[in-house]
Amino acid sequence: MIEVSNISKSFTLHNQGGATINVLEGCSFTVAAGECVALTGMSGAGKSTVMRMLYGNYLADAGRIEVAALNLVEAEPREILALRKGTLGYVSQFLRVVPRVSTLDVVAEPLLVNGVAEDEARDRAAQMLARLNLPQALWDLSPTTFSGGEQQRVNVARGFVYDYPALLLDEPTASLDGQNREVVLSLIEDAKSRGAAIVGIFHDDGARARVCDREIDVTSFSVGRAA
Amino acid sequence: MSVTPLLDVRGVTKHYGRHIGCKDVGFKLYPGEVMGIVGESGSGKTTLLNCLAGHQAADAGQVIFDTRVEGPRDTLLMSEPERRMLGRTDWAFVHQHARDGLRMGVSAGGNVGERLMAVGARHYGDIREQALDWLERVEIDGARVDDRPTTFSGGMQQRLQIARNLVTGPRLVFMDEPTGGLDVSVQARLLDLLRGLVRGMGLSAIVVTHDLAVVRLLADRLMVMKDGHVVETGLTDQVLDDPQHAYTQLLVSSVLQV
Repeated sequence: MIEVSNISKSFTLHNQGGATINVLEGCSFTVAAGECVALTGMSGAGKSTVMRMLYGNYLADAGRIEVAALNLVEAEPREILALRKGTLGYVSQFLRVVPRVSTLDVVAEPLLVNGVAEDEARDRAAQMLARLNLPQALWDLSPTTFSGGEQQRVNVARGFVYDYPALLLDEPTASLDGQNREVVLSLIEDAKSRGAAIVGIFHDDGARARVCDREIDVTSFSVGRAA
Repeated sequence: MSVTPLLDVRGVTKHYGRHIGCKDVGFKLYPGEVMGIVGESGSGKTTLLNCLAGHQAADAGQVIFDTRVEGPRDTLLMSEPERRMLGRTDWAFVHQHARDGLRMGVSAGGNVGERLMAVGARHYGDIREQALDWLERVEIDGARVDDRPTTFSGGMQQRLQIARNLVTGPRLVFMDEPTGGLDVSVQARLLDLLRGLVRGMGLSAIVVTHDLAVVRLLADRLMVMKDGHVVETGLTDQVLDDPQHAYTQLLVSSVLQV
């Protein structure tokens, strides 16, 4: 489902003397349907960079990144948008939404853009928010003023409300209490059993051990740190 | 994906004497896509928009629009009446200053109804009903339908201008700094409204702005202009989060964090 071959990434900071930071080189791995793979390595190794490249948010300098047979490195913006719409979900650590849109609508959106009828989309969004124990009193409010843990659950709800065949999870259990951490882990297990290919960053060792089938140490692709 | 682009722009160039307005700009816009054009004042983004919309004559290039009846046609070669018809039907233009896009001496309802009449609507009751429906969609109290826009706040005027433009169900909307000059709280409301309308009607849009927050929320794709040239294009979040060109990096890093 996800096939990364030989990608490299550097950042050139034109306004800081043209400094070039080489981050990754020769990064290759694959993730099959129904598999959850953890990216590991210390801070700065490039875990988030890999995740962002998998989502088309960062450009790769070279190599191939295939998600559902689309090579992101050469794809047109509209092809990447189409992939994100129906195939590739992303639970990030940041919630970026238009102010004023209710939490229920924010969570229902992935269903609406995939053609699910409005009533059903809202029902499913409500079920997902209830499963994540987000108080119903918050559903009609914009999540922009929520606490970190509440925003995190809105992010998780958005990522799991639609059955994406591929999912990227950036610390999905961060800032969650034990009960909600358990809900998120069961959502990941459900997604795996329906055949989703998942790539995640988990600083929570217990969570990683429970849901991940394999680990990929990004440090081995880090430039200057590998040796 | 072999979809016909809604708008296929090739080599559009405009000079002001020896000064470059915009130079050799090309891109394809597909149905349902929203493209943002960013750059600082004088970068040529408004000149480009005006050339695309036919408000200014380009010196060179093609602006090929996929018309409903005849398929792709170069709008720069169209006759003036043809282009005017396009401007009243499939195209819409939202000006930065609402008063440039509204008739200030005509009631709110009249402003919306006028565009309907321009495409042949004649039944007064229907026109009024549609006007009221659109005022509601842009969150203007129907009780204000007979008031002139001069009595409206800036945010209301801008929403009225949007209603006037979208009432005929255009397929392509040009927007020049649609949230410029509005309070931040009013901007958020307008953005939310625009996003809902664009998604709901499946519109394609080209939005010129210098506000990166606006494009992040509204645009699928981004084009960055400097001194009349396109220096970078790509997916909006990619251009903002991993900018490649020195100028884009400067633009992104200059935004104050709140």
